[in-house]
Amino acid sequence: MDRRIFLKTFGAGLLGATCTPLAAASLNARESIVPGYNEFMGVLVDTTLCIGCRSCEEACAGAHNLPVPNISDDSVFKEMRDTSVTQWTVVNRYKTEKGEVFAKKQCMHCGQPGCVAACLVKAMKKREEGSVTWDTNCMGCRYCMVSCPFDIPKFEYNSWNPRIQKCNLCWEQLRKRERPACVEACPQEALLFGTRRELVEESRGRIYREPKKYVHHIYGEYEVGGTSYLYISAVPFEQIGFKTDVGAIAYPEYTTGFLYSVPIVLILWPAFLMGLSYLTKREEEIGRGGRGR
Amino acid sequence: MSAKAATPEIKSFKDFMVFIRGELRPKGNIFTPFNIISVPVILLGAILIAYRMVKGLGSITNLSQDFPWGMWIGFDVMTGVAFAGGAYVLTFVVYILRIEKYHPIIRATVLNGFLAYVFYAGALVIDLGRPWHIFNPVIGNKFGLSSVLFLVAWHFILYMIAEFIEISPAFAEWLGLKRIKKILASLTLGAVVFGITLSTLHQSGLGALFMMAKGKIHPLWYTEFIPVLFFVSSIFAGLSLVIFEGTISHKVFSQQLDDEHRRSHSDILIGLAKGCSGAMFAYFFLKILIFMHGRHWEYVFTGWGQWYLLELIGLVLVPCYLFLRGAMYKNLTIIRIAAILTMIGVIINRLNYSIIAFKWYIPLPAHYIPHWMEIETTLAIVFAEIWVFRWIVNRMPILRKPPAWET
Repeated sequence: MDRRIFLKTFGAGLLGATCTPLAAASLNARESIVPGYNEFMGVLVDTTLCIGCRSCEEACAGAHNLPVPNISDDSVFKEMRDTSVTQWTVVNRYKTEKGEVFAKKQCMHCGQPGCVAACLVKAMKKREEGSVTWDTNCMGCRYCMVSCPFDIPKFEYNSWNPRIQKCNLCWEQLRKRERPACVEACPQEALLFGTRRELVEESRGRIYREPKKYVHHIYGEYEVGGTSYLYISAVPFEQIGFKTDVGAIAYPEYTTGFLYSVPIVLILWPAFLMGLSYLTKREEEIGRGGRGR
Repeated sequence: MSAKAATPEIKSFKDFMVFIRGELRPKGNIFTPFNIISVPVILLGAILIAYRMVKGLGSITNLSQDFPWGMWIGFDVMTGVAFAGGAYVLTFVVYILRIEKYHPIIRATVLNGFLAYVFYAGALVIDLGRPWHIFNPVIGNKFGLSSVLFLVAWHFILYMIAEFIEISPAFAEWLGLKRIKKILASLTLGAVVFGITLSTLHQSGLGALFMMAKGKIHPLWYTEFIPVLFFVSSIFAGLSLVIFEGTISHKVFSQQLDDEHRRSHSDILIGLAKGCSGAMFAYFFLKILIFMHGRHWEYVFTGWGQWYLLELIGLVLVPCYLFLRGAMYKNLTIIRIAAILTMIGVIINRLNYSIIAFKWYIPLPAHYIPHWMEIETTLAIVFAEIWVFRWIVNRMPILRKPPAWET
């Protein structure tokens, strides 16, 4: 091997090596998991207790400097509303087999959020307290919106300096060990704040005590690997606007297969290509030599 | 323009400036049909982009909360990068397999690939809501290591560098820098190996971006093999573009070509057609396997099923056969038709993932359709790329033979 070939091979190897830590680190799609999985905080929504007063909407807007809605106006229930850049939570009214049911909608604060795994600058973050929050180092690529199973992140399309707007589970309050604004405001105690473990136990208890009142399912216990927000209901969840086809696999898991293949390709491909190149070069030389003779 | 003009004697900085100023002057007729159309489009595009920077993305796009990615991602980035795949395929053939037949087109292909990344991946900048943060994942204002997009972003940047190294000998020859050319040429093999590896990963990575859009993409298109499909389809997408672009360049820049190059042209196209046909058959076979395992028969007889079959049969299997036939009977017309069909197929495929079959359950009035201003800016970007390509081809030894310097 002459010096030049050695240097070239060495150079390619070096380039490969510099990328390897990068690739090996990408293996960690599970890094969005918070240690002590069940111990982060969450909210249980008992839809059988909600009366559609929208006090949570009002409190949420007040807590986050958003335009405060007029909650005495019932006409908003005429159509289904989605959360928006100015409304982090909305209450909708559904006609079901058991009459009118109200359900609050906001970020589910997944245990392993798709948006967090999607973010290439970690602007989206699952906090120890349970909140999924957004930060200003965001570049506005909107991949979190594509990756959210519930279509929750909302983007300010009409701003030169847009932000992602979504419920942050009142992270400012949680850090001070206080309850989220919506939970504080609920006059019906339809919202219950606690650790996720406590909330799952409480839900099971309520269903156990009144087995005919509730459907025997806790939405968010297994959905997309488990969420901080949990729901119990008297009617099947598809009747009150829930996606029931999201599966039990945490969304970041869908990309691990690809991410695992990255270091393999990064290490094996250059070696394979260099080897192939060496072979064809030798063949060329032998071919030339043959003609020469 | 003679070949001598391209190898000037640059001894001082002043000479260099004189040379650059001379090269910046337009060559040939200014009022060509292409110029008359493209200049207003580019100017309008620039105005619209400036307007968008002030007023936000919503001002000139139809993007919404339901459709965060529109034409700029689905067409400019997804499709543009797939079409740029010809560069890594041909560098593999020429520098790794050392098949000399394709050497005459390698520089044009690599230049085209490089510019495609600069312009189409560059289109990402206008699509980003907060583009001034684009370097955050590079400078470490948080490394989102678990993100597929993090990988794609890094690979775009590294691949642009690799492709620039691959094309840089042409720049050195243009400037008459013999020693530097020698150094740059010695880096080519390393850049090629690195570039092919990066391409494998980010071509498939673009597909992997959609893995977390499970439930939003129609089941006929969503599969865990999206990354493999994106990679394999980038091979024939790239080669089809090389055939298409080669055909046009051959006419437009015919004064650049020597007789030897002209003679080998049809032979090259036939070889590329064979390659396309093989890659497309592999892709078709993969699609069939995935369909069988997906067990989505119930969708075949819906409108979506027919749209799927049109893509799979009409724009993959048919051109696959046409390529083969064209290569067998040495019929360039059939090969060119097949290339165009393939390109339409790739455009539709990438748009299906990002726009058309994305949130397929939202019916048309509420579904995303690009705003005319999004199409306008896309056209402006395509034209700007062609302008730069033309400028370089007219000045540097891209299509014509490089100067015969002793090595």
